Amino acid sequence: MVSAGAGQAVDEGADSDPVIRVRGLENRFGSDIVHHRLDLDVRRGEILGVVGGSGTGKSVLMRSILGLLRPTGGRIEVFGQHLRDADDVREIMSHRAGVLFQDGALFSSLTVLENVELPLKTHRQDISTQLRRDLARSKIQLSGLPDSSSAKMPSDLSGGMRKRVALARALILEPELLFLDEPTAGLDPIGAAEFDGLLHALHRALGFTVFLITHDLDTLYAICDRVAVIAERKILAAATLRDIEDLDHEWIREYFHGPRARAVRDQTSPPG
Amino acid sequence: MSDPAQMTEGRKDDNEADLVWERGTEGLLLATGDWVLDNVELLSDRVDALAGLASGLDASGISRLDASGALLLERLFHRTGQGPTAAGLRQQWRTLFEAVDFACDDTHEPAPASEAPWRQILERMGRSTVEVVHSTHELLGFLGITVHRLLRTVVQPRRLRLTSTVYHMERTGLDAVPLLILLSSLVGAVVAFLGATVLRNFGAELFVIDLVTFAFVREFGALLTAILLAGRTASAFCAQIGMMKLREEIDAIRTLGLDEIEVLVLPRLIALLITLPLLAFVATISGLFGGLIVSVVSLDINLVMFLDRVEQTVTLKHYLVGMIKAPMFAAVIALIGCLEGLRVSGTAQSLGEHTTLAVVRSLTMVIVLNALAAVYFMELGW
Repeated sequence: MVSAGAGQAVDEGADSDPVIRVRGLENRFGSDIVHHRLDLDVRRGEILGVVGGSGTGKSVLMRSILGLLRPTGGRIEVFGQHLRDADDVREIMSHRAGVLFQDGALFSSLTVLENVELPLKTHRQDISTQLRRDLARSKIQLSGLPDSSSAKMPSDLSGGMRKRVALARALILEPELLFLDEPTAGLDPIGAAEFDGLLHALHRALGFTVFLITHDLDTLYAICDRVAVIAERKILAAATLRDIEDLDHEWIREYFHGPRARAVRDQTSPPG
Repeated sequence: MSDPAQMTEGRKDDNEADLVWERGTEGLLLATGDWVLDNVELLSDRVDALAGLASGLDASGISRLDASGALLLERLFHRTGQGPTAAGLRQQWRTLFEAVDFACDDTHEPAPASEAPWRQILERMGRSTVEVVHSTHELLGFLGITVHRLLRTVVQPRRLRLTSTVYHMERTGLDAVPLLILLSSLVGAVVAFLGATVLRNFGAELFVIDLVTFAFVREFGALLTAILLAGRTASAFCAQIGMMKLREEIDAIRTLGLDEIEVLVLPRLIALLITLPLLAFVATISGLFGGLIVSVVSLDINLVMFLDRVEQTVTLKHYLVGMIKAPMFAAVIALIGCLEGLRVSGTAQSLGEHTTLAVVRSLTMVIVLNALAAVYFMELGW
């Protein structure tokens, strides 16, 4: 179930009920092959960090699962349902999954509050206006923003605040699955650490499953339960950090044993 | 008074959430089922209806909870003055409840009301007035700086960026010629048709030639060119410079000890100062050509007659009245385009806004200037 580099079985934890199951995914643009026979499982309730060099197709993988991009081949199941076409995707994803795009993708013509309540307005028309506002405001506050930011426009917010608003919008329909595309990119280390902490706390409280694309070693070490490494057009390995670190592969070695990774590991690993 | 508990409908399935008031148990409320987003509208009604009646709550029947349900539960606790432990909320939901409880302290207060409409209108009027004053001030300042740099370049011609200037002459001048010829000749034809329709009543069709000639030599030649370039060139200048501003290229120019006015604005200004009068001349000839075609085809005026009449009508004075406006228009378009580009800040949205502003402002200025010039020359009796 886990394709491991160089034939190494790195992960024996069998899982009969993954939230996302990708089998034999093919993605190709012209003659450029991005994914070839890519397999991946995302387990219920975990935070899976997806790492890989630039241009290895991390975002393409996410866009394939989200149905924003039609894969050339392969099978994608989400919540046990096979995604065949755009309608399947819309039905499942818009209700049960939330997405945080890289720069938040807030609608610039709407206020923060209107941005957050938009999914409720679209999908849950039975909810009264007052209750919808209250729910949206509670999500804004859950995302660590002051209530006063509700009336602001996205352009008046800093990058970190915009990501929090986007997180609030992603959480408003109480999704079981959350997609995050480089949530800490463009944030300063303090802001990034705060966002990691927020995500960790919300994950613990709300219990959703997270598919997290990141470059940020701090994020990986701080909050990810498992890590999937994309290289050579497939998932090279998907396992706990400790297991991944021990793999003998050039990119993994450079990534996890470079000076930056060493520094992060020294900080976060428990003594002894 | 009807018993609120009577409102309870029969349970449809196990997932249904409910909040009921048990009479027998000393006014204790019973919360049961899935307190999740799917049931939130029903639960919210119940909370509003029942919270005031009861003195306590039994939350041990809650089988599922999400953040939306937790918000309602938190409200309920707020009203009954209880905590999750006293209410017997299951241990597995405590973390979630505490997170929501911690974050949502002030949602009990209603959101601040927005301001009265008339105040918003007044505020917007005030803002735009200040903005107009401010931008006029800025444009005058920019004009001053640019004239200073222009004079310095005149004194030290080596400062002029010749390659850049020629490049912009090609982009703004040569590349605009086909479109300009098309537009001007069509307008010329329309003016001739209009004139013919009116003048035919007086049997004075020959004066169509005067009309077209006067219109294009004095007004339309320069004005049409300026309108076309306000749309085509002011927006291009703004977008080019605005993009450089976004990518911090302007800052890079400054840190390299260069002057952005000299590097970016002057070549564009000089290019337009040279090309716009040339284009205006092309537009005039094209307009006359359009008038000529209409005259020959539908008014029984032959080519020789047309040219003869034009020669009699046009004096150097008329030509100068038309042409003297061209450099003014060029300066307005180049300056406003570049200034709006330099005012771009931060986001792509700002780039779009300023590009629109560049076109709107330069068009407005061109038409206002043209009207002023027309009145001025008429008073002079030219």
